[in-house]
Amino acid sequence: MSREPRTSIGRCARSAPTSQTAKTPIKHSRRSRRRARPALAVLGRVQAQESKQAIAALELQYGVLTKTGLWGQYVQYWSHLLHGNLGTSLNFYPASVGGLIRAALPWTVALVGVATVISFLLGTLLGVAAAWRRGSWLDGLLPAMTFFQAAPYFFVAILAVALFATKLGWFPPNSGYDTTTLNPGLDWPFVSNVLDHAVLPAVTIVLASIAGWIIGMRNMMITTMDEDYVLLAQAKGLSSRRVISYAARNALLPSVAGFSLAIGFIVSGALLTEIVFSYPGVGYLLFTAIGSDDYPLLQGIFLIITLAVLLANLAADFVYAFLDPRTRQEA
Amino acid sequence: MTRLLRSPKILIGLCLSAAFGIVAIIGPLVAPYNPNASASTTISTPQPPSAAHWLGTTQVQQDVLSQLLVGGRSTILVSLVAGLVATVLAVLFGVTAGYFGGAADDGLSMLANIFLVLPALPLLIVIFGFLGKGASPNDLVIGVIIAITGWAFGARQLRVQTLSMRNRDFVDSARIIGEKSWRIMTFEILPNLIPVVATSFLFTVIYGVGTFTALSFLGVINTSHWSWGTMLYWAQSAQAAQQVHLEWWWFVPPGLAVGLFGTGLALLNFGIDEFVNPRLRGAGLSGRAARRAGLPRRPQLGLTPVLRSARRAS
Amino acid sequence: MNSSDILISVRGLCVDYGLGDEAVHAVVDADLELRRGETLGLAGESGSGKSTLAYAITRLLRPPGVITAGSAYFGSSVNLLTAGQRELRGLRWNEIAVVLQSSMNALNPVLSIGTQFSDVLRAHRPDMSRADRRARSGELLEMVGIPADRLSSYPHELSGGMRQRVMIATALALDPSVVIMDEPTTALDVVTQREILEELMALRDRLGFAVLFISHDLSLLAEIADSIAVMYAGRLVERAGASAVFRAPRHPYSLGLLSSFPALHGPRLAMEGIPGSPPDLRSMPSGCPFHPRCGYAFDRCRSDPPPPLLDLDADTRAAACWLQDGREAVPAELARTAVDAVPADSGGRA
Repeated sequence: MSREPRTSIGRCARSAPTSQTAKTPIKHSRRSRRRARPALAVLGRVQAQESKQAIAALELQYGVLTKTGLWGQYVQYWSHLLHGNLGTSLNFYPASVGGLIRAALPWTVALVGVATVISFLLGTLLGVAAAWRRGSWLDGLLPAMTFFQAAPYFFVAILAVALFATKLGWFPPNSGYDTTTLNPGLDWPFVSNVLDHAVLPAVTIVLASIAGWIIGMRNMMITTMDEDYVLLAQAKGLSSRRVISYAARNALLPSVAGFSLAIGFIVSGALLTEIVFSYPGVGYLLFTAIGSDDYPLLQGIFLIITLAVLLANLAADFVYAFLDPRTRQEA
Repeated sequence: MTRLLRSPKILIGLCLSAAFGIVAIIGPLVAPYNPNASASTTISTPQPPSAAHWLGTTQVQQDVLSQLLVGGRSTILVSLVAGLVATVLAVLFGVTAGYFGGAADDGLSMLANIFLVLPALPLLIVIFGFLGKGASPNDLVIGVIIAITGWAFGARQLRVQTLSMRNRDFVDSARIIGEKSWRIMTFEILPNLIPVVATSFLFTVIYGVGTFTALSFLGVINTSHWSWGTMLYWAQSAQAAQQVHLEWWWFVPPGLAVGLFGTGLALLNFGIDEFVNPRLRGAGLSGRAARRAGLPRRPQLGLTPVLRSARRAS
Repeated sequence: MNSSDILISVRGLCVDYGLGDEAVHAVVDADLELRRGETLGLAGESGSGKSTLAYAITRLLRPPGVITAGSAYFGSSVNLLTAGQRELRGLRWNEIAVVLQSSMNALNPVLSIGTQFSDVLRAHRPDMSRADRRARSGELLEMVGIPADRLSSYPHELSGGMRQRVMIATALALDPSVVIMDEPTTALDVVTQREILEELMALRDRLGFAVLFISHDLSLLAEIADSIAVMYAGRLVERAGASAVFRAPRHPYSLGLLSSFPALHGPRLAMEGIPGSPPDLRSMPSGCPFHPRCGYAFDRCRSDPPPPLLDLDADTRAAACWLQDGREAVPAELARTAVDAVPADSGGRA
């Protein structure tokens, strides 16, 4: 917002308070709840006759009975964090939170990453076309896209499943890959199966997010095409493609600046999409964590998501500085 | 004002929004059945639309239409509350930050940045989880909580607008006369920000309905509290979309309702955008007039049109 | 004067904004001729239609502008009104270049100056190598007094005066025969204005291009132009040699414009200006558009349709005024000859 820091260090420093804040709400809500429960919950799952010492050990592990209190646990969490330890899951005991997330993260990153890139590129191109050829059929695209943007991600997902998976049978309705027949590996059958399973979730994300890019780019192009330098580009006899690029390079800037806001929405939406498709990513993990009151896992996921969004924002900031020479700091 | 109404986008947007407004008000009153009531205990698959149940039934034989109408009020109410509270917060923080600048601006900006970056859905899941699954917060409370995650975007926009207005002459003269700051903000600056506030409000309502529906769908909010999201929760639990005999009447109406509600508001937003930025409206030569004169319908940059009559004569 | 010397000829051009009943007549019945190497000044207040006319000629007018009547030719062969996109593109910048008013927005903010030069050269001289283009761009910058190492700068790194110089250099990149300048110095401070104008005139003398110079500053035009055309409310009201218009105007509006400029030397005079304000183009007065503000108006000015440009003095000048049609007695102020001493003249002017 105010006085965007012009150096990369400044931008990184800006992100620090945010990640700090991300941890605080969870800490307080989790820890202040009935503390004894987690240990018993684990015991219940393990269904073993544990001795008193074992219970005490477990409770120590979850920081329930330590004498350090809330603040101490907070500090302890940070120190664990810096060592890469996010705690142990309750539901999937004894799997570590870090390990669970590490297994699920690549699926989500790949899905969201690819889908967002496609959505951005396609949306921007369509927006440019819609602005350049105003009054063409592209204008009719906008209301339909608006509807898909307004409908919740998971509804679009459900529709996709209903139409393409159930009705037409073109694509599988759930999972990341066919767990019954295949094992993970870099061979073609596995990879093609993964791609097959990824199409519907990716299409959902693209459909539900593209309208924003299209409309944003279109409106900005229309405003930019009114600028003198675009008229002058025409007056100079430059090719149509060059004139469009003169306008588009400038019209692109607000879209990139707004990327940070968009990525937040897309991530939320992607989580929901994963749930509908039982796609083995972070979203689905989150869903199971909610359903089973797995607080350490919830905490870890929340943290990772926040960090990921922060990173995406930083990346977007860098791209913006690259595209707009006016923001670069004078040497 | 009448010019506003001439835009097709605004008209359709208004109609849709009004229709949903009516649903919100009279919905539960005209619902034919109690949404919780099971019509029969013997049938265990959802029934397609029929004369008795216009939108069919759920797996436990509850009337879908009634659920839609009753759930509509809840959904729309929560969204409106969220939109209202978030907009009020946005105005408060945004205008204050923009007007005063300095430390206040820095502080509020940082606050807004934090809320902008924190992914809203996970945060809300945490908050509602904290409130406990057993608890059943009423619509207003839900709306307020959602608003807490949704004010930052509008605040940022309003801050930028206020900044550009702060140095204008009419603000300066008010300050010289000795008007108090809050009066200047409320009576001088705010009236000029109305389009931005309106857009921000509509945007946040759309955000509210999407988020509320998502939270209900996830089961984070009490699942016996009827809303469109809850309907989708139950439909998904019963795998309505995966059945060979697609139970479309169960999941399409609530999703469609959310989508159309959002579309109506979005169209209103576009209409306001076009009104504020005249360039976004048609390019000045209406289609019919242009065609009659033999001109290309689409305005082309760098190729000023020449009337057919002039072309022939020259 | 050879007819092959005529670069731009416009006859009866009419330009509207919008169509049908709501159309605003921005330019009515304009006749114009630009000869090789000539500097033609187009003078008038804001809203008089001078920019509209210039842009319409080159088909650069933005929507909702429409050309509704008349003809415009480049040279003797190219019909500017029926030319297609490709033909226009070949003509643009090669033969006709444009220098815009506000250099703030005229340069693409995200591209370096060098890239923008290069784009122009690449579009029209496809066989130039990159090294050649760079060399030529450097040459052009030096020509307007900017060191060639500035090629890598971005527009926001340059001052207003430098940006305008870059614009001029860009315009001359392909050695055009016509340069249209739309108030090129209005947005600059007075000192820079003077500098740039002098550079412009030096370049014109050296390279020999024709100039269509649009300005509201009649005294400026008197200094740099060969001939001046004055516009009012979309119509051409006077056309003559520069010194003729300046010293011996024939149209009451031109006279009024001139008495609005204080002289630097000479006795102190009461400034008159022109009472009233320009008409709303959507509701024009009947008859001559100037008559409500004209001190010499009589009945015919109100009742008859607006006067066309009437030729005077053996075709070298024309004025659109009923006073000049030979039937009326012409007031002394409108019948001066260039030889008469004009007290309001400032020393050092043309």
